[in-house]
Amino acid sequence: MKNLIILGAGTAGTMMANHLRPKLKKSEWGITVVDQYKTHYYQPGFLFLPFDIYSEEQVKKIGRKFIPKGVKYVQKKIEQIFPEENRVQLEDETLDYDLLIIATGSKIAPEEVEGMKAENWLKNIFDFYTFEGALALRNKLREWEGGRMLVHLTEMPIKCPVAPLEFAFLADSYFKEKGIRDKVQITYVTPLSGAFTKETCSTALGYLLKEKNIGLEIDFAIESVDNENNLIIDYGGRKIPFDLLVTVPTNMGDEVIARSGLGDDLNFVPTDPHTLQSKHHENIFVIGDATDVPASKAGSVAHFEAETLTDNILLYIQNKPLKPEFDGHANCFIETGNNKALLIDFNYKQEPVAGTFPIPGLGPLKLLKESVLNHWGKLAFRWIYWNMLLKGRPIPLVSRNMSTKGKKI
Amino acid sequence: METLIAGSNVKVNQEGYLLDFSQWNRTIGEQIAQAEGIVMTPRHWEVIEWLQEQVKADKALSIRGIKKSGVLDIKEFYALFPGGPLKISTKIAGVPKPKSCI
Repeated sequence: MKNLIILGAGTAGTMMANHLRPKLKKSEWGITVVDQYKTHYYQPGFLFLPFDIYSEEQVKKIGRKFIPKGVKYVQKKIEQIFPEENRVQLEDETLDYDLLIIATGSKIAPEEVEGMKAENWLKNIFDFYTFEGALALRNKLREWEGGRMLVHLTEMPIKCPVAPLEFAFLADSYFKEKGIRDKVQITYVTPLSGAFTKETCSTALGYLLKEKNIGLEIDFAIESVDNENNLIIDYGGRKIPFDLLVTVPTNMGDEVIARSGLGDDLNFVPTDPHTLQSKHHENIFVIGDATDVPASKAGSVAHFEAETLTDNILLYIQNKPLKPEFDGHANCFIETGNNKALLIDFNYKQEPVAGTFPIPGLGPLKLLKESVLNHWGKLAFRWIYWNMLLKGRPIPLVSRNMSTKGKKI
Repeated sequence: METLIAGSNVKVNQEGYLLDFSQWNRTIGEQIAQAEGIVMTPRHWEVIEWLQEQVKADKALSIRGIKKSGVLDIKEFYALFPGGPLKISTKIAGVPKPKSCI
């Protein structure tokens, strides 16, 4: 009996358990999933929680419910991975593996910036990448009467790179509905040279910021937060004042990766971008936000990766060459406020372009263009996430590799 | 597109970044720096050479990478290339503007 261990029961880990269990003989392979947390959060929902669009209950469920029968779920903390010895040390036991899948994700590290996680953290400085942060921000926004709001991005890479911009757009709508938009000044602050992280988007969508009267500060590499004077300060000495700072802190891989000596500077695991095998250990595979591959850290990416990785794990077990198949495919809805959204579909090589999706020429969704239908697509995605994505079911008409059909290239 | 910098015809992209590093030389770098309002000193060139080595070694450039480089700290990087040090210095160095994935 051989052991396959999956570390992490987030989006990627849960999908892998669901993909692999029916494909591996129970008499030959045991599958174990390890995750220290009981709750599985629908992370895309954290964007909507601060604006009272989603409730707490809509973004969380018991994680175990999504793990298939025949897979052992161990709710314990992972202390260390010993790749040379093929074992994983948990808080009070050791597990041996023949094959390891690392799906430990990424999380915010506000302590990376001086003064960010200090006396004003969750008072007038908030993140919305955690359940706690998004909830605290919701409570703050309910009573906030206005002032200078900064929506700030610390450094790349971050999970769901368009989220901070979506946050700014939704904030504009939220304050309009509340009738206090004239009392709120919204500014988007980024270390990049444009609001969008992809240049084609910056060009095509630059009008959105103007239309919504959102200020833009670019090339801002933050050094510290001044808690006394409510300022963010960059390495060049530039200062921007705020009354309310909504920040996306540095994103890093899990500390267990650092403790195990498996990561880069940001605790992401060096991974082959096309096969998803670890670059240093052939019986370790990596998926989702935990990798260092130059794709978006997003659920859609994990979903496409999961299909390739499932095939590659079966090939690996049969001693066959792996398929260098994964192309960096990502598919993201971008909320633009006023019940509209954009859709982008791209990969390692192809930047987002205009077109129709998923049926070439027909759509019904339009790429790189605002529409009400895209917004409904984004909201419908929550159902797809819980009922199809986590269970590893294919999304109709959407293939693992990006299709160039229907795209204006 | 092709453009004339310091007497040489070089291929650049829309933002003025060289597309072919083999066409680069110091005089071209100097000219680009001048257009960015920077007067090059020996220290500037040390940093430019380090950046070129990183790109040659296929290492991604980032502000965080500068912090850990041991070559210079971020404050100095900003002092040498004010505004957006990474995008300005890479332009002078004749290497691609660092990309950040979405």
